[in-house]
Amino acid sequence: MARPVVTRLFIWGALVLLLALPPLVQGLGADFAVGVATRILIFALVGTSLNLILGYGGMVSFGHAAFFGAGAYVVAILAQHDTYGEPLLTWPIAVEGTQSAFIAWPAAMAVSAILALVIGVVALRTSGLYFIMITLAFAQMLYFFFISLRAYGGEDGLSLFARSAAGPLDLADDVHFYYLVLGLVLLALWLKRRLVAARFGRVLRGIRDNERRMQALGFPTFRYKLAAFAMAGAAAGLAGALIANQTEFVSPSFLDWQRSGEILVIVILGGMGRVYGPVAGAAAFLLLEEVLSAWTDHWMLVLGPILVLVVLFAKGGIWSLIDRGGQADG
Amino acid sequence: MADALLEVEGLTKAFGAVVACDAVALALREGEVHAVIGPNGAGKTTLLGQLAGEIQPDAGRIRFAGEDVTGLPAHARAGRGLARSFQITSLFPRFSALDNVALAVQAQAGHSFRFWRPAARETALIAPAREALARVGLAERAAVPAAALAHGEQRQLEIAMALASRPRLLLLDEPTAGMGREDSGRMIALLAALKAEGRMTILLIEHDMDAVFALADRITVLVYGQVIATGAPEEIRANAEVRRAYLGKETAA
Ligand SMILES: Nc1ncnc2c1ncn2[C@@H]1O[C@H](COP(=O)(O)OP(=O)(O)OP(=O)(O)O)[C@@H](O)[C@H]1O
Ligand SMILES: [Mg+2]
Repeated sequence: MARPVVTRLFIWGALVLLLALPPLVQGLGADFAVGVATRILIFALVGTSLNLILGYGGMVSFGHAAFFGAGAYVVAILAQHDTYGEPLLTWPIAVEGTQSAFIAWPAAMAVSAILALVIGVVALRTSGLYFIMITLAFAQMLYFFFISLRAYGGEDGLSLFARSAAGPLDLADDVHFYYLVLGLVLLALWLKRRLVAARFGRVLRGIRDNERRMQALGFPTFRYKLAAFAMAGAAAGLAGALIANQTEFVSPSFLDWQRSGEILVIVILGGMGRVYGPVAGAAAFLLLEEVLSAWTDHWMLVLGPILVLVVLFAKGGIWSLIDRGGQADG
Repeated sequence: MADALLEVEGLTKAFGAVVACDAVALALREGEVHAVIGPNGAGKTTLLGQLAGEIQPDAGRIRFAGEDVTGLPAHARAGRGLARSFQITSLFPRFSALDNVALAVQAQAGHSFRFWRPAARETALIAPAREALARVGLAERAAVPAAALAHGEQRQLEIAMALASRPRLLLLDEPTAGMGREDSGRMIALLAALKAEGRMTILLIEHDMDAVFALADRITVLVYGQVIATGAPEEIRANAEVRRAYLGKETAA
């Protein structure tokens, strides 16, 4: 799948811009832009994870914020226990709190992946509207679960005293944090590109296009969908760990249904089933939010029509406008 | 029937009040082409769906290669050497013709939890896929998206996909459905060539009587979900009940 030259230039240009962004904006005295860009990248990551199951697997999950929020909570809860020196668990095994990124972030991914497995085992037995409703229902259950957790702030949420400790990197420094997030997003995009072109990705796309035929060909489709669902959960959990670090705060609103809707919008706006789609979607969505919300509280009123126009006139999302002549599934 | 590859007993499936299959019994010998004929709505597709594992029967047993497969899901039966084509073309419209067939090859090439190597460059998938495409006469159309193929070509692609999984038993649901005379002639020639190779057993559902009598070693006649006759083509042609129920209108014409 050769990409058009224009697209390749765009991708490399965007990469150079992202790499040079901190010194560039600092030179312009617009330091806050580093934070905005970090947030965009984090949402690009959670969008990328949803895109795997939505764009390639045809699974319209309306509960993706559950995995995102759960990842954020894992980091915050572990950090709180570390701060107060109270073990998280004493039985059946002793689990101490931690502020280490090398422990807390993989833990966030693992917890979100396990959640996705459990939810997936039930939800993936359905399809279409039922699937949308069940994923939404599970996410809402989790939302109320975190509201009920008084020890962790309940409805008010939970603050972190500091960002995670990441060895030589000082995450308290926004620029260090930015480069780490950028590195992780690039890694995720690279892995996803390999994955969707490999056998596993073909199976996912086959299921999306014609699941019945896949079964007749001999593919046990359920286990492939479940595996993809769990992988997407893990990646969303990592994005959650990152957002907890950026905002140094988590609350149940991280996993409410509006958040799930936003992640869906990012993927659809950017381009479903396109590797770089969610990056474009996250950039467009968050920049619009940034610009419009400064101008009016009712910025959703403006975003709504834009979304309608994109869906009507650019079926493949923003990325299909950039990557003209490019192929789907790339 | 010690040498039966597929044995069906008492297979019954009702949709509400409609009994689509009523205690159907069937035995396919290894290597034969066995045609199933019957008027519209006789239950042919429903029978095939149960053999393939897509429809769960209300009652009855299905034995394939000596194993009871009645409770096995479709993908597990495919793994044991059962391949099917669909009456209503069922492809991956956005995939190229080659990728459609490569996917069928992949289905029988171990598990697909492989995340790294680009499948499009795996010779192990592509070489057999090209072979199957060439077999059905679509070699030149390999790069064309399935959705852009002509109807006749799509039907050929269906067969290529079924062949690519190297089945022991091929279940074909009206392979000439919706085809013009020329295309269906080509399809019949292809099936005749497959039969001559003698490597697989074929269950053929077909309305085209020319195709049936040209290809079938034995014929089963299904009417209102019931088997009313099974036998060699001459016996079926001579069978009074079959003529009355089904062939009659064509012989009269
Ligand atoms: N999923 C279903 N739900 C309800 N009724 C069904 C279903 N599938 C088939 N039927 C009914 O069962 C009967 C047998 O249908 P089937 O498709 O097996 O016939 P057929 O012999 O393949 O017909 P044709 O020659 O038209 O393809 C018909 O009366 C049909 O309407
Ligand atoms: Mg039929």
